[in-house]
Amino acid sequence: MKTGSSLEFSRNAARAQADADLQAALEKLQRDTRTSRPAVTGRLPEFEDLRDRAVAIKNHTLAHLDHYLEQFEANVIDAGGKVHWCSDADGARETILQICRDADARTVGKGKSMVSEEIHLNDHLIENGLDVVETDLGEYILQLREETPSHVVMPAIHLKKEQIADTFREHHTTLDPDRPLDESKHMTAEARTRLREKFLAADVGITGANMLIAETGSVVVVTNEGNGDLTQTLPRIHIVLATIEKAVPSIEDALSIVRILARSATGQEITCYTTFATGARRAGDLDGPEEFHVVLMDNGRTKLLESGFRDVLRCIRCGACQSACPVYGAVGGHAYGGVYGGPIGAVLTPALDGIDKAWTLPEASSFCGSCEAVCPMRIPLPDLMRRWREIAHREKLNKAATRRGLAIWAWAAKRPKLYRAGARFAVAALRLLGRRKGRFQSLPLAGGWTAMRDLPAPEGGTFVDRWHRERGA
Amino acid sequence: MTETPRVGLFATCLVDLYRPTVGFAAAHLLEKAGCRVDVPAAQVCCGQPAYNAGDRDNAAAIARQTIELFETFDYVVAPSGSCAGMLKLHYPDLLADDPAYAARARALAGRTWELIAFLTDILDWDGVDADWPGDVTYHDACSGLRELGVRDQPRRLLARVSGLKVNELGAPDVCCGFGGTFCIKYPEVSGAMVDRKTDDICDTGASTLLAGDLGCLMNIAGRLTRRGEKIEVRHVAEVLAGIADGPAIGQPDN
Repeated sequence: MKTGSSLEFSRNAARAQADADLQAALEKLQRDTRTSRPAVTGRLPEFEDLRDRAVAIKNHTLAHLDHYLEQFEANVIDAGGKVHWCSDADGARETILQICRDADARTVGKGKSMVSEEIHLNDHLIENGLDVVETDLGEYILQLREETPSHVVMPAIHLKKEQIADTFREHHTTLDPDRPLDESKHMTAEARTRLREKFLAADVGITGANMLIAETGSVVVVTNEGNGDLTQTLPRIHIVLATIEKAVPSIEDALSIVRILARSATGQEITCYTTFATGARRAGDLDGPEEFHVVLMDNGRTKLLESGFRDVLRCIRCGACQSACPVYGAVGGHAYGGVYGGPIGAVLTPALDGIDKAWTLPEASSFCGSCEAVCPMRIPLPDLMRRWREIAHREKLNKAATRRGLAIWAWAAKRPKLYRAGARFAVAALRLLGRRKGRFQSLPLAGGWTAMRDLPAPEGGTFVDRWHRERGA
Repeated sequence: MTETPRVGLFATCLVDLYRPTVGFAAAHLLEKAGCRVDVPAAQVCCGQPAYNAGDRDNAAAIARQTIELFETFDYVVAPSGSCAGMLKLHYPDLLADDPAYAARARALAGRTWELIAFLTDILDWDGVDADWPGDVTYHDACSGLRELGVRDQPRRLLARVSGLKVNELGAPDVCCGFGGTFCIKYPEVSGAMVDRKTDDICDTGASTLLAGDLGCLMNIAGRLTRRGEKIEVRHVAEVLAGIADGPAIGQPDN
């Protein structure tokens, strides 16, 4: 499904709502999440304490980020690796391309990385003649379909099994037409067969990082498929692409965060693989890459660190806010138009793309607070969305009609006597018009409301007037 | 409590305009629980529409006005988790940098409560004297639930209504899609959300939906009548106060 930009959220949403397959997939996601997360967090009495601890770890790290990043770099170098500091997407893309060229690489295997989506890394490498293969099953399917992830941990959650089977039949031209592809295990087996060839052929493996451990220079990658391990151990070169806020001080800190990550992301206690990679292959090691590079990218993070949005840098990309969000559940991740959908996207996309290109996203929330309730890092997502709304309001980015309506209302609300007179009049008029049916199916200036629902008619009289009349006070 | 607490009833703009019955029900419950209730005549709105639209200046002006009007009471009580949450949690944030009002906002916040939480948690009252024949279901409005922790309290009081049985929703804590101006800015998305909510309501087999926030109730009632469903929608205070004999929300006069 091709969707428009963040500014076209309404149109994207309408398209998503008309897509029956997508709606079925989203409903299943939300139904499953409702049971899986509480089940797994309920079994861990210290879950809430772990959240507090994780928040404290990240807050501390962010307050001393320069220190921990320098410590991380020193330890990567000690372990025989290299750190490349890149301020933006261009720098990171060029650095990675150059490492590939220096190694005479032809084939690149990729582990799942949202940061690589953020900088459109695949396109850049492919344009420059490299064969790039996503090795995470979901990402591989999306690569075949030329789509982007719609969820940070379940990138192909918007697809049904049948759509995936069709994709395999279309692209895997040597696939025996009689081979069954009805079940997930069949599709996984088919993908595994194809991907094995690529793992073995890859000259370079690129992964993201869930965390960067300062005290050891290790990179933590958390997966369920093991593709991340093959991507980082088999090729000659391992490149880690990570943004600076992934740093944590110690292994112990990393483990505290791992304990809340899978529970929040997929409702598992732990994922199948939690891999710590430290440096290149040492003399005597049985496997591992000859070269180990960490491309450490800022891409707007330092600016966020100094802004009122610092809390969002605690995000560990578990996707819990997406799975829990009823707006995401109604429209899916693509409707948001950016790399990240859902509540985290509504906060991050304006920072990455500019509020003028994404002011619609923080508006697209009922502020129900489900995201904040499940966020393991206790990021105050509704507050941060409201903060973006304040900036959009100040910069007059939102619709003029909305602003005008609000201004008139606020003008009256600041003049209680006038407001009360107006309220009395409006209630009387609506009461007169609506008393017979008790509701309106349409009403001038209330089209946004009556498009989807009737507007209940007022009972008659304002409460304040009636109270003072009845009580004589 | 030795002295009669003086409660300023913050009716909320929707109750004031659309459903005075909820205000009377709230006052009735508070008086039964031993409070003296006043309704300041100059009350307007808590300022949430401006606050959530990013218009901090107007929101702060309205907040100051509300503080001035209500700060003399022992308690401020609102029959809405959303508006009570605005006074209790957001006024202190909104006025944090205003030297003349920051402390006053915090003081007011400390004395502000959502109606049902006030009756149960603060007054320790459970003297419900009402009956309601039939099954109801209960929607947990978002702000009351997640900002103020209102969940068990209304169910505890409803359990004391004779004849009433609560059939729980499959997903009582999921947003109904109201969200203040969200529902008019993104009507289709909001519509999809309220549709899931109304499906859930219909599946319970209950004949009445109750909740503690009029915004959500109007949204749900409006969608139910649009879909031709016969389920009645009322504020929980109406049933608890035993004054739910008038037309339900969105229904014509008897």
